[in-house]
Amino acid sequence: MLRLFKKILTTGVVTEPFAAHGNEAELEQLGIEIKSHIDKQFSGSIAIRQVDAGSCNGCELEIHALNNPFYDIERFGIHFVASPRHADVLLVTGPVSRHMQTALLRTYEATPNPKWVVAAGDCAACGGEFGVSYASCGAVSNVIPVDVVIPGCPPTPLALMKGLLGLINAKK
Amino acid sequence: MSSSNWIADFLSRLNDADIIIVPTLCDTAIKLRYGHDCEGDFSRPISKQPTIQSATKVAPTSATILSNSLNLMAVTFLSENNKAMLWQIESHAWQRFAELAMQHKLRWAAGWAEQVENRFLINTCFEKQGEYVLLRTIIDDVNPELPSQATVYPAANRSERHTQDMFGIKFAGHPDNRRWTRHQAWIETNYPLRKDFPVQGTPVGITPPDMHYPFIKSHGAGVYEIPVGPVHAGIIEPGHFRFQAVGELILNLEERLGYVHKGIEKIAEGRTPESLARLAGRVSGDTTVGHCWAACMAMEQAAGVIIPPRAALIRGILAERERIANHMGDIGAICNDVAFVFAQMQFTRLRELWLRTNATVFGHRLLMDKIVPGGVACDLSEATCILIKKDIAELRTELAEVILALDLNSSLEDRLYTAGFLSEETAAAFGTLGYVGRASGQDKDVRRDAPYAPYDQVTVKVALENQGDIASRLWVRYKEIRTALRLIDDFIDRLVAGELRAEWQTPLAGSEGLGIVEGWRGEILSHIRFDADNKIARFYPRDPSQLNWPALEKLVLNNIVPDFPVCNKSLNGSYSGNDL
Repeated sequence: MLRLFKKILTTGVVTEPFAAHGNEAELEQLGIEIKSHIDKQFSGSIAIRQVDAGSCNGCELEIHALNNPFYDIERFGIHFVASPRHADVLLVTGPVSRHMQTALLRTYEATPNPKWVVAAGDCAACGGEFGVSYASCGAVSNVIPVDVVIPGCPPTPLALMKGLLGLINAKK
Repeated sequence: MSSSNWIADFLSRLNDADIIIVPTLCDTAIKLRYGHDCEGDFSRPISKQPTIQSATKVAPTSATILSNSLNLMAVTFLSENNKAMLWQIESHAWQRFAELAMQHKLRWAAGWAEQVENRFLINTCFEKQGEYVLLRTIIDDVNPELPSQATVYPAANRSERHTQDMFGIKFAGHPDNRRWTRHQAWIETNYPLRKDFPVQGTPVGITPPDMHYPFIKSHGAGVYEIPVGPVHAGIIEPGHFRFQAVGELILNLEERLGYVHKGIEKIAEGRTPESLARLAGRVSGDTTVGHCWAACMAMEQAAGVIIPPRAALIRGILAERERIANHMGDIGAICNDVAFVFAQMQFTRLRELWLRTNATVFGHRLLMDKIVPGGVACDLSEATCILIKKDIAELRTELAEVILALDLNSSLEDRLYTAGFLSEETAAAFGTLGYVGRASGQDKDVRRDAPYAPYDQVTVKVALENQGDIASRLWVRYKEIRTALRLIDDFIDRLVAGELRAEWQTPLAGSEGLGIVEGWRGEILSHIRFDADNKIARFYPRDPSQLNWPALEKLVLNNIVPDFPVCNKSLNGSYSGNDL
């Protein structure tokens, strides 16, 4: 147990202010901006339900990274929930496979209004490498209304955060 | 690895059983060539063929040749240890062959079909002691049917159902004739991988859910069902699990996958090698390096392209970096599933640092599209080599600290030991691969057993456990991280100056290749056949998940339902890699 506490103490807090991510001026304010919007519009918290509608799982890896101690997205009031019924936002990845079409529609219906949809990754944005075929509906917007698109294959955690801010700005 | 004693023995057994390995394929309009025009003698390991070394210099000689050399790994890497054989038999002997193979303890590794004009080629890949046999039979496309191998090898079960759904080939005597990959996106009498099926299909409106899939039912007092998915509670891929439980105890689990079927095999057709490599890199995003490597290896064999030594070493570094990133993420996640958040935080932190080095050195956090046909699309400078070495040293120190904290933790011990037990027998029966197999005594690793460049230059120490529980799988992964760190160090020391990419040569129409690499989940097998004009005719990637998923149904039995997430994570199959 002592080893455990020692490791925790010596690791310290690695969570980064956004200024740490290079020189893009907009990023300096990114986290603070997200937080202030969420405070105003969502009483301090925004609940995201992630739906993989057919991705290769690359996007999931980077969405997971949002919860690691470097990004720690929860500090801005953004958290992931287990049910669409608890969600404000659906974060959808992948081209929508035809086998997931109904499941995605039902997830969308189960999400209470007002609800927003973020299509994350190139496949969700435009079908990506998979496009439209007998097995794939392509872009998420071919199946449900999309509010914001975050391109990237996969989008980096930082791109995902920027995209979420974009959503909040767009909905102001 | 001692060579082919079992092959001669096995061949004589086939002979006794009147199974004839067809020496030439002329009557099927398909000729096979090994290097030069030395047709015939399919029983001989390819690497024993004297003309292999000149494979790259062979010019196309005949347009009627549909199938060029089955250039297995030996051709590309010219290593004595690599032996692969193409054996063709009559379709009626298909099952009998499997029975003999089972008696000889051959491992069933993969099965897939292809359509060539009005015939189907059915392929099965077996392995023993690092030597691969590609078994093939050819049947007509009128009422295509052949005896099932799933009656002998449970590992063949879902693969044959996939072939049934995608090609309409019937496997007589198959123990489970339910659909597998097909849900409701196309009708039962349509077969997407037949050449006459349009890639766009004929979708009508919204694809309905697969409501009436006949799950196994159980009855009795106190037995209840829990349907889970396809949309799960976490940030994970979709699939359906049907539990039967009594109280908290799992009586039975049935997996229903196929939700992320994206038609990868179909949309691969007609692609260029570059485009196919990109697609292969997205068969399963967490294994982008592994799949891309296997597919490129297959294409390079078909084209007779040999990658430069520097490219091989960089591929090795990329693959080991991918292995480490995934193992770290999963060790953290396994601990998180039993509420030991300390490990989750430490391992996600270490993983993030690792991925950032990927971005700095290679330009992509997950290393996508860094392996290209003929070589690699990235390089290492002296400075980046130093950076990687420094990273490795730091990670070693940190891992040593963190793993001690895990090892000495009694709550982890309580949850992970004996949970999710997979016996050696079950693991062997399902041909379980990678860390799942190696935690249950399956001593298999392509890097050691059938080494390809750059692994032919080094000794790969294979981690092995035989406890078969979640803790075993976790420890195997930890040991694999340590091995991978040593390998990266080693590959950097061996880096030689030189080209990064060999010049591409358009392969003959009909040329094929079989790439076999050890991805982080285990053996990946990738088969590619070329059409004319450098276009892909067929791409079949076999992710290790396809063989590991059935093991999950077994290892959760008699565990409690709340332990399912940690059982699942300890195996961590890819849904996308399975569903294609």
